[in-house]
Amino acid sequence: MLLEAKDIVKQYGDFYALKKANISVPKNSIYGLLGPNGAGKTSLMRIINQITAQDSGEIIFDNKKLQRNHIKDIGYLPEERGLYKKMNVKEQCLYLAQLKDMPYNEAKNRLNFWFDKLNITSLLSKRVEELSKGMAQKIQFITAIIHEPKLLIFDEPFSGFDPINASLIKHEILELHKNGTTIIFSTHRMESVEEICTHIGLINDAKTILEGPIDDVKSNFSDSSYEIICEDYEKLESSFSFKTKLHKKNKHIISINEDINFKNFMQDIISKNKVVSFQKKNPTVESIFIKAVQNG
Amino acid sequence: MDKIWLIIKREYLVRIRKKSFIVMTLLGPFLMLLVMFLPIYLTNQTQTERTIAISEQDFDLFNKLENTDYINFVVTPASLFSDLKLNFEDELYYALLEKKENEIILSSNKQVSLSVSNEIKSQIEKKIEQENLVKLGIDINLLEKAKTNVVVSNQIISKDGIGQKSKTELSMAIGFISGLLIYIFIFMYGTMVMRSIIEEKTNRIVEVIISSVKPFKLMMGKIIGVSLIGLTQFVLWICLTSLFFLIVQGYFGNITEIESSQEIEMQSMMLEGLMYLNNINLVEILLAFLFYFLGGYLMYGSLFAAVGSAVDAEADSQQFILPVTVPLILSFILIQPIMENPDSSLAFWMSIFPLTSPIIMMVRIPFGVADWELLVSILVLIGSFILSTKFAAKIYRTGILMYGKKINYKELWKWLRYKG
Repeated sequence: MLLEAKDIVKQYGDFYALKKANISVPKNSIYGLLGPNGAGKTSLMRIINQITAQDSGEIIFDNKKLQRNHIKDIGYLPEERGLYKKMNVKEQCLYLAQLKDMPYNEAKNRLNFWFDKLNITSLLSKRVEELSKGMAQKIQFITAIIHEPKLLIFDEPFSGFDPINASLIKHEILELHKNGTTIIFSTHRMESVEEICTHIGLINDAKTILEGPIDDVKSNFSDSSYEIICEDYEKLESSFSFKTKLHKKNKHIISINEDINFKNFMQDIISKNKVVSFQKKNPTVESIFIKAVQNG
Repeated sequence: MDKIWLIIKREYLVRIRKKSFIVMTLLGPFLMLLVMFLPIYLTNQTQTERTIAISEQDFDLFNKLENTDYINFVVTPASLFSDLKLNFEDELYYALLEKKENEIILSSNKQVSLSVSNEIKSQIEKKIEQENLVKLGIDINLLEKAKTNVVVSNQIISKDGIGQKSKTELSMAIGFISGLLIYIFIFMYGTMVMRSIIEEKTNRIVEVIISSVKPFKLMMGKIIGVSLIGLTQFVLWICLTSLFFLIVQGYFGNITEIESSQEIEMQSMMLEGLMYLNNINLVEILLAFLFYFLGGYLMYGSLFAAVGSAVDAEADSQQFILPVTVPLILSFILIQPIMENPDSSLAFWMSIFPLTSPIIMMVRIPFGVADWELLVSILVLIGSFILSTKFAAKIYRTGILMYGKKINYKELWKWLRYKG
């Protein structure tokens, strides 16, 4: 595990921002932190970033208790983000990198590398107020990753990005992951969770209610639905008892009882029908999200 | 390198390159010169020759008046005078003077200058007084002889028992100037700290920064950075003002050369003051000034920072700014009364109370303050500074992450009790 948060409690007066939050983020995972608005995702991210301190509970980072000098190992792109408007782009990036304990010359090299990579070298000498919103977002992204942290935390990284920039950022996130960086991000866009997350954690009402590798979570929530594409539905129906949930041309989603003899079932279907495909239908993250939140 | 230096460096470099800083730095000395030279220029301006017409009917009035350097009194025929009253020509005459019953009327087609009417008033008064004295049978020469001039020179007895001459005017001047400087400095740069915090908050960059540095360091770095800007500006102002002064004196030397008797008097007073300067403990004053200047700024700066962090826009800051600025404005208003009576109990308590002591103590010090009072005041200010930064830091670290919430005092009180 790169990061473990254990029983984190954060209280503002009588209000509990986090009651008992637990997350375990394995090394080199892309961890999707999900939850409805106001569930406590941002509070947890702020605690991991040491912006605020928890009232109780502990955070273990890289096998050590989280402390001040871990700041250089963590990069953060908050949901509410901005830059100094009047400040020069280059100076601003170098300033933020130096605040993350990166030596000036190294920061300069990294800066040139990233601006080259994203094809925005011409922006270096401009002031932030002269940039378009999309350009400013790219720069914010660079400032979050420039110090090459072990852990990157993105709070709603795609909110406010146009589709082109969002896909660019997604591409960069995947590449950072390939190079060994661990990534935590929160988002409302479930399709991007499906697409890039290896792990998910679900926070609701200030508590973690669900966590694990995305495939495990999905199979736990699986309701023994199968998708069959076959030629003759009627033959299928006559042979076994099952419930049909969806029925579209030659594509059928059926639900079978857990105690059924799966081998017999398969053989039977194949012998009587021309089956083009047969696969277990996993629930979507979105449906898991809704189900888990509604069940409390 | 500690991160606070990075923050101080950024605050300083960003501000010093701002156009407004450069403009203010250049404009400041001009304004100061204007304040210095404009009165001299205007006095010279008013000293153009003026002719005032008096009707021959008011000949006894004319008899009471004497021409001065810049006022000529002329007698005109009654018919011309009444013509002028209907149809005033200002090429020839500045004003008309006449007597109606017990009233003396000065009429012109514009507002008559105060110095002219004062001159006329004092001349007539003097003449009538003299006439009255004669009527009462008092010899004017005897009266002149009875006049005397007493000089009271103040002495301060120091510990070693040697009396030292002191000059109240000089103490007042030093006290007033240092009080004024501290007031301006706290106000200008305190609000600058506040604005800069509001800017960071509305920019939303603050969250990124405090994921790298502790909020307390960010706040202190900002306060210190802005104070260095202030010091730079002051030093530049002093240098530039002296430079401009020399230039202006070189070019327009004639303005200052035409010295009225008043100016000569002032200059001799200044020279006298310079002599007494040796008798005042300059080192003590300078050290105290530096301490109260910085101590006062740091304390107020942290309060302004707390206010800045609590609001979303400068317009919302009014309700919190008021309690912070009231003691500041109050001590500025009270500079005058406290100079009149620097040992009153009001002066004493205000020079101990940390929100007023930076200004009031500086006003009192040139008059001499007991060592223990100074010590208590300094300790109280140091203590309050530590307390106010702690207090401000608590509000600050909660406030900077709080958006779109209507903040009141109850809310602030809650923030103070939140844990880290």
